[in-house]
Amino acid sequence: MDATVAMATHPASFVRKPDSWLTKLFDYKPFLVFLCMLPTAGLLLVFLTYPLGLGIWLAFTDTTIGQSGSFIGFENFEYLMEDPVFWLSVTNTIFYTAIATAGKFALGLWLALLLNNHIPLKAFLRAIVLLPWIVPTVLSSIAWWWIYSPQFSIVSYVIVDVLHLRDTYINFLGEPWPARWSLIVANIWRGIPFVAITLLAGLQTISPSLYEAALLDGASGWQKFRRITVPLLMPILAVALTLSVLFTFSDFQLVYAITRGGPFNSTHLMATLAFQRAIPGSQLGEGAAIAVSMIPFLIGATILCLYGVGRRKWQQGSDND
Amino acid sequence: MATVSIRDVFKRFGSTEVLHGVSVEIEDGEFVILVGPSGCGKSTLLRMIAGLENISGGEIAIGPRVVNNVAPKERDIAMVFQNYALYPHMSVRDNMAFALAIANAPKALIDEKVARAAQILGLTPYLNRYPRQLSGGQRQRVAMGRAIVRDPQVFLFDEPLSNLDAKLRVAMRAEIKELHQRLQTTTVYVTHDQIEAMTMADKIVVMNSGNVEQIGAPLELYDHPNNLFVAGFIGSPSMNFVKGKISGNAFLSDNGTRLPLGHGQGGSDGQATIYGIRPEHFLLDPAGVPAKVNVLEPTGSETQVMAEFAGGNIVAAFRERITARPGETIHITPNAALAHIFDAATGKRLIA
Repeated sequence: MDATVAMATHPASFVRKPDSWLTKLFDYKPFLVFLCMLPTAGLLLVFLTYPLGLGIWLAFTDTTIGQSGSFIGFENFEYLMEDPVFWLSVTNTIFYTAIATAGKFALGLWLALLLNNHIPLKAFLRAIVLLPWIVPTVLSSIAWWWIYSPQFSIVSYVIVDVLHLRDTYINFLGEPWPARWSLIVANIWRGIPFVAITLLAGLQTISPSLYEAALLDGASGWQKFRRITVPLLMPILAVALTLSVLFTFSDFQLVYAITRGGPFNSTHLMATLAFQRAIPGSQLGEGAAIAVSMIPFLIGATILCLYGVGRRKWQQGSDND
Repeated sequence: MATVSIRDVFKRFGSTEVLHGVSVEIEDGEFVILVGPSGCGKSTLLRMIAGLENISGGEIAIGPRVVNNVAPKERDIAMVFQNYALYPHMSVRDNMAFALAIANAPKALIDEKVARAAQILGLTPYLNRYPRQLSGGQRQRVAMGRAIVRDPQVFLFDEPLSNLDAKLRVAMRAEIKELHQRLQTTTVYVTHDQIEAMTMADKIVVMNSGNVEQIGAPLELYDHPNNLFVAGFIGSPSMNFVKGKISGNAFLSDNGTRLPLGHGQGGSDGQATIYGIRPEHFLLDPAGVPAKVNVLEPTGSETQVMAEFAGGNIVAAFRERITARPGETIHITPNAALAHIFDAATGKRLIA
């Protein structure tokens, strides 16, 4: 049997079958990309884009609960411009975010620096630090509500009955300024773990030999912190700061669980006011308009954080390792 | 510049003792290399000189001053780290200027010193770059520049070339040696690479598991190793060892091969010893010992032969071109005058 005969009798072993249309389709890269992105895109569309889009649409209607409204243009926003409670909620939110973020970062950084040292029970302490973050916010809010209670407050008890520094119990939540400060303290307490753990992770990426080199170069403890730790922590600090500002700015649970915006609307944040107007107040359109007016603030804060303290020149260029 | 005296120094981490009484005297302006296998304590010793590790026993003096309780920054030393430890957020200029800036030196002085160091190291075009934008060799030079700017009494190098590729390592070796010849600063250099030690050092300190095995000039260690460890560690390919005993005026290997002894080799008749001979100290000799060739490695300038010889495997290097093929037998004889006899029990070299 010669070679040509062998070819003819066993063609399958020499010539590949032409690909089916299905194989060709799956080999076509744009189709494959589309297919792989479909699940994520679908989830985002259904659970993110649709509610967001609906919220924005509602902001331009006079919808109330039980009655689908009609398009009214910027009327909701025009009304809010004249509404002192709305403006109070805006200034409250900005004040709350600024003070609470500053507090969280000061204490969080301090805690991270402590936990970065070799201390006994390190793993245990790190776990404890995470607790305020792990406990559901509503639960810890109720605990704070007890702490701030006008009659059963442990803080008042210690100050009045143990230390005798005051004669009367403190009315934490009954007056505007004490209520605002009380909420800020609770928010700082809840936000510290996130900042501390993130910054701790950042601290651990700094090579110990840099500190040794600085030690030999004659740097003091403060100089090492100022010249090595802070600049090298900046990139991760920027990310933590951005996330923290976003969480705080859109905070709802803590405030709603402790004060519900009271007394006299004095602790309303934009998020709580939006809910208050939309659901209990049944003015869905107006609530949506308040929520929508948070968006420019959030975008602005993000840009400020990321570009202000974000990527530095020294991070650019290639690793030549 | 200064001398460095290490006197009977101990180091313990908890209950583990890693240095067991090390003494080294380093002359002013000398280039001393601490060499040894990983875990022998050489880096620990260097870090103790720098002040990054405390001293568990004994004392270290830089110049006339005992520095056991002197803070690192007061010791007037500069160190080049294995990973260079460059500050990633500072330009090359700021990296080199850091120590002076911390000390609040006047700006004119800083600029002058940085410019001089940059010029010595060929870094002038890179002063505004960040470490990420430099190649491995350039980073290495910045690390040295940071040390030069300080103008210290002693330079300390901790395996500075181990992160570089082979070719660059050879080039930087020459550069560091040249730098030392130019600056004449006392230098202590740690490496695990005996070739680095041989090529660069004025004086080599061979360390093994927390002890100093031998101190001496490179060729002195090569020609007169004190013991089996130094004999095997220094030289590449390393020295061949044959087990056996002294028999009259010759060496009798365990499989009954007689090897000649020269003058000056010690050991008494019948004593269990080890015969050490370097690869390049074999001669082709028709009347010599038969050796079965396993592998031939011609390098052009010489031919390395891996062979079975006197009951063991040896490496021999010849200037001649060997025509034998693997499996064939050649006849070779060790150059008796250059052979070493070691006590099989203690590992010490025996001298008549």
